[in-house]
Amino acid sequence: MELSVLRAYLPAYLQAAEATLAIAGLGLVGSTLLGLVIAVAQYFRWPGARPVTAVYVELSRNTPLVVQLFFLYYGLPKLGLVWGSGVCAVVGLTFLGGSYMAEACRSGLEAVEPHQSQSALALGLGPGPALRHVVLPQALALATPAFTANAIFLIKETSVVSIIAYPDLVYVAKDYIGNDYNTSEALALLVAFYLVILLPVSLGAAAWERRLRHAGFGD
Amino acid sequence: MTVPPVLRLEAVRQQYPNGLVALDRISFEVAKSEVVAVVGPSGCGKSTLLRCVNGLEPIQSGTIALDGAIITGPGTAWSKVRQQIGLVFQNYELFPHLTVLGNLLLGPLKVQRAAKAEAQVKALALLDRVGLADRARDYPRQLSGGQKQRVAIIRALMMEPQVLLLDEITASLDPEMVREVLDVVLELAGEGMTMLIVTHEMSFARAIADRIIFIDAGRIAEQTTPEQFFTAPQTERARQFLNLFAFAPPPGHHETAGAAAVQTEESSATTSDSNSLELHE
Repeated sequence: MELSVLRAYLPAYLQAAEATLAIAGLGLVGSTLLGLVIAVAQYFRWPGARPVTAVYVELSRNTPLVVQLFFLYYGLPKLGLVWGSGVCAVVGLTFLGGSYMAEACRSGLEAVEPHQSQSALALGLGPGPALRHVVLPQALALATPAFTANAIFLIKETSVVSIIAYPDLVYVAKDYIGNDYNTSEALALLVAFYLVILLPVSLGAAAWERRLRHAGFGD
Repeated sequence: MTVPPVLRLEAVRQQYPNGLVALDRISFEVAKSEVVAVVGPSGCGKSTLLRCVNGLEPIQSGTIALDGAIITGPGTAWSKVRQQIGLVFQNYELFPHLTVLGNLLLGPLKVQRAAKAEAQVKALALLDRVGLADRARDYPRQLSGGQKQRVAIIRALMMEPQVLLLDEITASLDPEMVREVLDVVLELAGEGMTMLIVTHEMSFARAIADRIIFIDAGRIAEQTTPEQFFTAPQTERARQFLNLFAFAPPPGHHETAGAAAVQTEESSATTSDSNSLELHE
């Protein structure tokens, strides 16, 4: 392994890491919001929420992200909708992650005692404020382990977006391997960059969960 | 012009979706500053009654009026109504993610849009009154059951309700904590708070209530003064119910316990004479 090669590749990897982080971050925000909306719609039993979300969840979970990305990138233009690879990547990650986040939020909401929301209603809070101020804070704390597991899963899933020509870490690594045949250097940097991104997330999540457990809601 | 009662229930009927009729033909009034205790066997509908008054359970027919205004029709502004009707639960239902002070301030700040400084002064004064002035910054999990229930009571009082509904508020407490909670309720009664109390504490009901409502199988079986109810209940069901709270030593345990034997004889007036005689021997 050539140190000079590693040094020469570093700027391109840094740029690619930024691109990976950008779609991972936006995908996480998107899927969290989507998951929250779905869970709340089910919680309030909005008309039509069950069947619509059930179809979405099955579609989202039972198709690979690669296939979802192909559809967005190559399929949608045939319907007259042309998105860049970055937009497709974020939409794809949101579509995939939304169902997992919805499940995490749903289990959190269901774990909060119904008496808690009734207690808030009895004080005169409406259903919305009761959810926001009383039920959700407890539900999200309970959903934290599932949420962080989903976040790590989603960040790793970004590694397939080079399939639609998004210039992420894998894209750069494949580029160097194909052009220069410096396989060892390119792969070593790839592993190192993913670890640098994911290790802090994993360790931070574990620490956060410990703190929540220590805070120990309930009686 | 007569003042309308704080609460008036007329022919209230409540049926659960599974067909079970929890309440039927329930009619009574609670006047201002009156304390009414609702007693009855487990599952008779007492707690459901309170939940109906607060709108947490819908009723199928009949009416409930607060201060003369019917609150059971469609389009009832429940948020407004519930501010007038405080409800305290058996299991406190404090919000575990908020401090004691946060629990007390949530209603005033989010519902009544009160000024924070003022609401805080009021909360601290109420905490002081129930002997918890130093616990404002603690979380509910750091409090004992009795302390939690006292906080739950003053959380309801923060909204300055016209009537307070207490749903078996001592049923989850250790015996030595029951007193500290009931003392708070007695004090409120002394100040003229209107209250509808569901309780299993018979001596407490007797001491605090102006009127006792005995519910059996979803219906009011008896409605009378505490004196009348506890000394001379009119219905067989009430007699049976009250007997559950009277203990006599088992036969032969105290050979010379004449007093206990007499009490057994009185309280089992319906059992056959030969049974009573056996107990004497």
